[in-house]
Amino acid sequence: MNLPLFLVQDDPGPDFSQLLQRTGFASPSSPGGLAPEDYRHGTTCVAIRYADGVLMAGDRRATSGHLISQRNMEKVFPADRHSGVAIAGAAGPAIEMVKLFQLQLEHYEKVEGTALSLDGKANQLSQMIRSNLPMAMQGMAVVPLFAGFDLSRSEGRLYEFDITGGRYEEADHASTGSGSLHAGTVVKLGYSTNMSIDRVIDLAIEALFEAADEDSATGGPDMIRGIYPVVATITADGYRRIGDDDLATRTQAMVERRRGS
Amino acid sequence: MNMPFYVAPEQVMKDRADYARKGIARGRSLVAFRFDNGIAICAENTSSTLRKVSEIYDRIAFAGVGKYNEFDQLRIAGVRHADMKGYAFSREDVDARSLANQYAQSLGQIFTHEMKPMEVEILVAEIGHTADGNDDQLFHILYDGTVVDEDMAVVLGGETDAISERLGAFEEAPSLTEGLQRAVNALAGPDRKLEPASLEVAVLERGTHRRTFRRLSDPEIAELLGG
Repeated sequence: MNLPLFLVQDDPGPDFSQLLQRTGFASPSSPGGLAPEDYRHGTTCVAIRYADGVLMAGDRRATSGHLISQRNMEKVFPADRHSGVAIAGAAGPAIEMVKLFQLQLEHYEKVEGTALSLDGKANQLSQMIRSNLPMAMQGMAVVPLFAGFDLSRSEGRLYEFDITGGRYEEADHASTGSGSLHAGTVVKLGYSTNMSIDRVIDLAIEALFEAADEDSATGGPDMIRGIYPVVATITADGYRRIGDDDLATRTQAMVERRRGS
Repeated sequence: MNMPFYVAPEQVMKDRADYARKGIARGRSLVAFRFDNGIAICAENTSSTLRKVSEIYDRIAFAGVGKYNEFDQLRIAGVRHADMKGYAFSREDVDARSLANQYAQSLGQIFTHEMKPMEVEILVAEIGHTADGNDDQLFHILYDGTVVDEDMAVVLGGETDAISERLGAFEEAPSLTEGLQRAVNALAGPDRKLEPASLEVAVLERGTHRRTFRRLSDPEIAELLGG
């Protein structure tokens, strides 16, 4: 691998995917006619705005057709210090997209010396989803959620996408994946403005629990193996993942509440 | 038929080296040193936006002196090289030694083949994974592609002899406070006092974060320098 020096008129700038193309990394071509059991699927994720910023949560199940292929998959990732991305859809392309997206943001920040604006980051992700459209038409869609803390406005913001790369900013909450209908309803009913961190974590756990209850491709909390949803908050202090111990206590409390009622 | 004048190769190389050295000596210098928790780079730089010190990768920093556009071009190439290598292989496969070699190749090539040599001197610093800092590395690369693997501290730019003398030898890695005070005094010399606003300081710091590069703000520098 040699030092990538470019002529001034041929310079790819701070764009990492452009750089990959210039240096001959092939972009994935779309394979024809794969059945859902040939690749892994990711499932339910929610993003909720609260007092200090925004929370993202995702279940842990990956399925290949009717089989559960992984119980501890992670679907919520930090995109950079002040933003996160949650994925639903075909796991392979989705994880690759997240990896490229993380690199894209970091690359831009290092080359330019400043981080992209939150809108700029969302727009980048939008373009990556659009370039995946041929794959999406073959059934390998990737539909992420993007959320972050906007440092210039000092507030949490969140975005939904569709498979064509359409980008829709949501005011309060968003959900994606096969269980999104159920999770979204729970969040919608339980939502209020400026929730505390405690309330928003409980709401997210509850939403994912309901989604897992109704949707076979969404995994519920697995108290035997100690597998809980990935829950992360993004505030002015950055991206922070909530520990499994905390989630275990909250899940236990939720189960007891339900037994009691 | 016109015959080109014969110029001895020694003379050509000497002229080019003089040209490059003159260009480098026009700019201000920088000092990099190992401290007990990583590597610090301290540059004299009045601009707070045109950087001399920057991040290349998780554990690798870059610093350059001389002509800004030239070392900035090298910096960006380094970021690209590292990010591409990390993407193609794994993050832990990105290392300073290989990057330093790439820089040396390019600078050597440009020195002998191009119209003019690059008027730069650069530093590639990397902190290792051990707590004692024994595998920390400082690669000093000159305008002609010469690479020097430095041990504790290095001075880049013009007047390096005078600054090195003032800096003295580091027996063992000092604290950041002590090291920075020595570095700033060495850069300033006996007749000047350097203010935090005219300093650019960044560190690669061992800790829990993946990205170890951090810039120090002016108040932070002032505090380290003792008000």
